[in-house]
Amino acid sequence: MLKIKNLKAKIDNKEILKGLNLEIKPGEVHAIMGPNGSGKSTLSNVLSGKKGYTVSGDVTYLNENLLDLEIEERAHKGIFLAFQYPLEIPGVNTNIFLKTSLNAIKKAKGEKELDAIEFLKLVKQKAGELKFDEKILSRQLNVGFSGGEKKKNEILQMSILNPKLSILDETDSGLDIDALKIVSEGVNALRSKESSFLIITHYQRLLEYIKPDFVHVLINGQIVKSGGSELALELENKGYESLS
Amino acid sequence: MDAREKEIEKLKDYKYGFSTDIENTRAPKGLNEEVIKFISNIKKEPKWMLDWRLKAFERLKQLKEPNWQKPKYPKIDYQDLYYYSAPKSMDDKPKSLDELDPKLLETYKKLGIPLQEQARLNGIAVDAVFDSVSVATTFKGELNKKGIIFCSMSEAIREHPELVKKYLGSVIPLSDHYFATLNSAVFTDGSFVYIPEGVRCPMELSTYFRINATETGQFERTLIIADKGSYVSYLEGCTAPMRDENQLHAANVELIALDDAEIKYSTVQNWYPGDKNGVGGIYNFVTKRGLCKGKNSKISWTQVETGSAITWKYPSCILKGDNSVGEFYSIAITNNHQKADTGTKMIHLGKNTKSKIISKGISAGFADNTYRGLVDIARNADNARNFTQCDSLLMGNKCGAHTVPYIKNKNSSSNIEHEATTSKISEEQLFYCNQRGLNQEEAVSLIVNGFCKEVLQQLPMEFAVEAQKLVGISLEGSVG
Repeated sequence: MLKIKNLKAKIDNKEILKGLNLEIKPGEVHAIMGPNGSGKSTLSNVLSGKKGYTVSGDVTYLNENLLDLEIEERAHKGIFLAFQYPLEIPGVNTNIFLKTSLNAIKKAKGEKELDAIEFLKLVKQKAGELKFDEKILSRQLNVGFSGGEKKKNEILQMSILNPKLSILDETDSGLDIDALKIVSEGVNALRSKESSFLIITHYQRLLEYIKPDFVHVLINGQIVKSGGSELALELENKGYESLS
Repeated sequence: MDAREKEIEKLKDYKYGFSTDIENTRAPKGLNEEVIKFISNIKKEPKWMLDWRLKAFERLKQLKEPNWQKPKYPKIDYQDLYYYSAPKSMDDKPKSLDELDPKLLETYKKLGIPLQEQARLNGIAVDAVFDSVSVATTFKGELNKKGIIFCSMSEAIREHPELVKKYLGSVIPLSDHYFATLNSAVFTDGSFVYIPEGVRCPMELSTYFRINATETGQFERTLIIADKGSYVSYLEGCTAPMRDENQLHAANVELIALDDAEIKYSTVQNWYPGDKNGVGGIYNFVTKRGLCKGKNSKISWTQVETGSAITWKYPSCILKGDNSVGEFYSIAITNNHQKADTGTKMIHLGKNTKSKIISKGISAGFADNTYRGLVDIARNADNARNFTQCDSLLMGNKCGAHTVPYIKNKNSSSNIEHEATTSKISEEQLFYCNQRGLNQEEAVSLIVNGFCKEVLQQLPMEFAVEAQKLVGISLEGSVG
């Protein structure tokens, strides 16, 4: 699904990613762990197409050169980024944002757009599955949401947009244990043979709830070690120091 | 890009930019007594009306064009303008739509305002003003049954002189200021509305203003009177062809609400804004004022200003009746080289009067957007209340936003609140929207519509959707 070869990324002339290699196959869950400043968020930004980076290397996504695509084209083709800090958009109703987003993606795929009634039915169902308070959907997008509500909202959007590759950028940060469980359950419910996940996190905690197939350690812009889910535990015990 | 492609590209930006090739009757060029007599004569006006115009013209000679506004413009040569231009076929005004020049019908159809009986907009009565003349008014008969008068100003002067004499100039005096006085001398057409006591107008009334002729100013005059306990919602729309010249539009609009009456006045202003380099476009210098004359009366202005090279207007409320309410909801969008200096005046004279001002200014490109407002609480206006909120949104770093609020308070029992914010659409917000599948323009439109929501909600349903689209279109190409 996603093949990254020798990926380098610079911002303001500072090299953050220094030749990263990674392959994600359909249905796999990969976790990337690493200390602060190792390039975790840069990786998620570069994969989703955020401007401002000078990027080199090869990134193939569903047999296409991902780096050639605009941000929204990547979204249309099934890439979803759950933001570490979801943005507030005052005056824009959360439901309307979700519907606009879903229909933009459907339109790009040549699928029939949903009308208001079909959309509300879908959103009701998904919110129910995620034990997400529907009331929040009639509020302005992320405005006045608690940290937990913002992250849950990201997961709800993910479940409605049904992406092929979901990138979760430190979705666990700032979550209490109950919210963490709900978010994890949401992700687990979306796991399938077709959909893959790239979970970026500081802590092993999240990986107790979402069992990854692979764990990679990112230090100083490169993956220095890869392994199974047991690697996360090892890191938790020994710290990143032992690997750098 | 070849010339044809360029033309298409231009049309994409402003879809109302076409002009209608039609034979015109014009007043001789220039501003003088003869021209005023020409206008009065062609409209078959009674003598008192001509006298009133001439009095205004005398007064005009003593007035100076104001120059305190933020957007400056090259000196206008008032002798080099036509003050009256109307399709020749309107010389003898046709009695029915069947007799109307098909070219005019076609023009309005293209503008999305079908005038023919079978194609009319549902529940909206339209007065169509083409350059200096009203060409048609729909649903007149139906409204008449309720005693509502909805006709062109010219017709009102002839058919309802008692009402016109009583109220014309009662809110905007003849000598008010340069442009208002100019309008009083040379005004051509516009709409007249009278809602009788206790009547709730059953449909939206609207006027569609179209400038077509070159080198011509449009000086329309609108007068709306809501008698005791009545209600009316009125909407105006405006478009003009794309031309390299700047054309002047100096209108006067007067509203009068008697006891317990309510007038809701909405504007969707989409005059040609000029091209990307700031060449051409309309100078929209308009005086709009409402008088809450009776107790418990209410006047509410809503404006969506997206067009014009320069927009310079302050739709205002004089809150004379006790417990009267004035509201002003505004969206002013300036892109490329457009400029706007707009806001409102809320003059509190009566007791327990309330006013609310919600202004949303958006600037993009090289544009400059000023909110200028006055809240004036008179000595006897006990317990007056005002709430003002002015929000500015900037896109890019070459545009400007300014807020100039004046507050004059002479009564210590009043309560005045002012809130203001300035924000920018952030790269992060755009990234977030793009990541959810929206392209740049969809993202901007969504964010800006969110910013304007409080004002858009005030528009009549029939127009809210159009206005939302317009807000998006006006800012196209503003982020790169």
